[in-house]
Amino acid sequence: MSTQTASAGSRNGHHSSDFEGVPRGAPRAGGSEWRPPSKLAQRLVRALAGQIRGRVSVADLDERDPDYIRESLPKLWLLASLWFRGEVRGLGNIPDEGPVLLVGNHSGGNMTPDTAVFTLAFSTYFGVERRFYQLAHNLVLSMPGLSFLRKYGTVAASPENAERALSSGAALLVYPGGDIEVHRPSWERHRVEFAERRGFVRLALEHDVPIVGVVAVGGQETALFLSRGESLSRLLMLDRLFRLKALPISLAAPWGLNVGDMLGHIPLPAKITIEVLPAIHLREQFGPEPDVDEVYEHVTRTMQETLDALAAERRLPIIG
Amino acid sequence: MRIAAEIDIAVPPELVWSFVTDPGRYLHFMSGVTRWEVVSEQDRGMGARYRALMRVGSAEVGGLVETVEYEEPRDIAWTSVTGIDQRGRWRLRASEGGRTRVELRLSYGVAGSGVVGWIAEHVAAPMVRENLRRSLAELKRQAEHEQARARATARRAAARA
Repeated sequence: MSTQTASAGSRNGHHSSDFEGVPRGAPRAGGSEWRPPSKLAQRLVRALAGQIRGRVSVADLDERDPDYIRESLPKLWLLASLWFRGEVRGLGNIPDEGPVLLVGNHSGGNMTPDTAVFTLAFSTYFGVERRFYQLAHNLVLSMPGLSFLRKYGTVAASPENAERALSSGAALLVYPGGDIEVHRPSWERHRVEFAERRGFVRLALEHDVPIVGVVAVGGQETALFLSRGESLSRLLMLDRLFRLKALPISLAAPWGLNVGDMLGHIPLPAKITIEVLPAIHLREQFGPEPDVDEVYEHVTRTMQETLDALAAERRLPIIG
Repeated sequence: MRIAAEIDIAVPPELVWSFVTDPGRYLHFMSGVTRWEVVSEQDRGMGARYRALMRVGSAEVGGLVETVEYEEPRDIAWTSVTGIDQRGRWRLRASEGGRTRVELRLSYGVAGSGVVGWIAEHVAAPMVRENLRRSLAELKRQAEHEQARARATARRAAARA
């Protein structure tokens, strides 16, 4: 475990502000005024927050284990090929070497099948020797039974971890939409939802790395997602304590009604299709001083257009 | 997992050899192969290295391979350097009437992947076998077509003379 440069009080490298670009205290979508719950509830939630924070160990890029990834490729391949009938197109668009920022939309609640399918495809295409990291929500990394994700190169989403990964020359996969996107209702499944989070553009500019869009469809059909539960999340202070802006409500196996998706669920075998878009070299395409908003609009628009095209290919939900 | 496919091609071994040793032709006749890129200074022969990928299920699998046997015009064998463990072989044998018996062998797996790896190898086997079978059928079509064209060209040249 390497030593960390994270600020005090944030063992996993998190700032007090939100990496995804929504500062604390900013007006919240939905507009309703936040009201503090009872003191007992506050104490309970804080105690739980402490427990979960304690489970998220200091991020360490060395925890990625190429041998482990290689040995688990058959398992991932079985899951991706038989259960999700995964199809990944355009991997050749990712530059063969050097750091690159892969920007994806993602779906499927806390059990995101897109990531499993893409990790398999990336690892077999470029080899497990190529460094590849994924940023994930703290809560995902702290869930029981999911610590193995670190061996795949999953680290807590924070500016420090992103910078460390790109500085090491790795490919870095980020999902700017975070929990807002991944828990969107099923009827919004064909929408790229980055919630105006532009941090990824600034990150790419700062490190002068190309952005490659990774567009996935099918993940939001692995359960029936009913609501993000943003009001419920605010009521329970989850947004303040865990950076959780959603407390999703869904119908999912094996629970039936699934609130929070904290224990995950068994995803339905929806066909997952992923398309990798051509690399965007920001300073070549947008001039020496690219405008962050312009790049953000360009990336989200091209990803949405691709998602629309992928959605149009699907004849039936789940079956694809 | 070891898979083999063979076919009889109505051309001499030297012509088949020109196909299976030319990395530029692989994407044209090898079914499921999405990449066969030379990554060494030499493009063929002992020690030549290729980045080779084949689509199997939902992934393009393969990796860096190196030629470890090269006996003209009979055998080429390669083994993996990175990626999944694999060993492959083209085996060409002359048969009567200027024909060639061509065998393509491929063994693959992931060391250390245990029972799940064994299951994955067997689930993948029909897909890989189908790719090999189609590759040989396409090789036969292209090689026999090339020989027919060469003969037609020769006949036209003789007629003009």
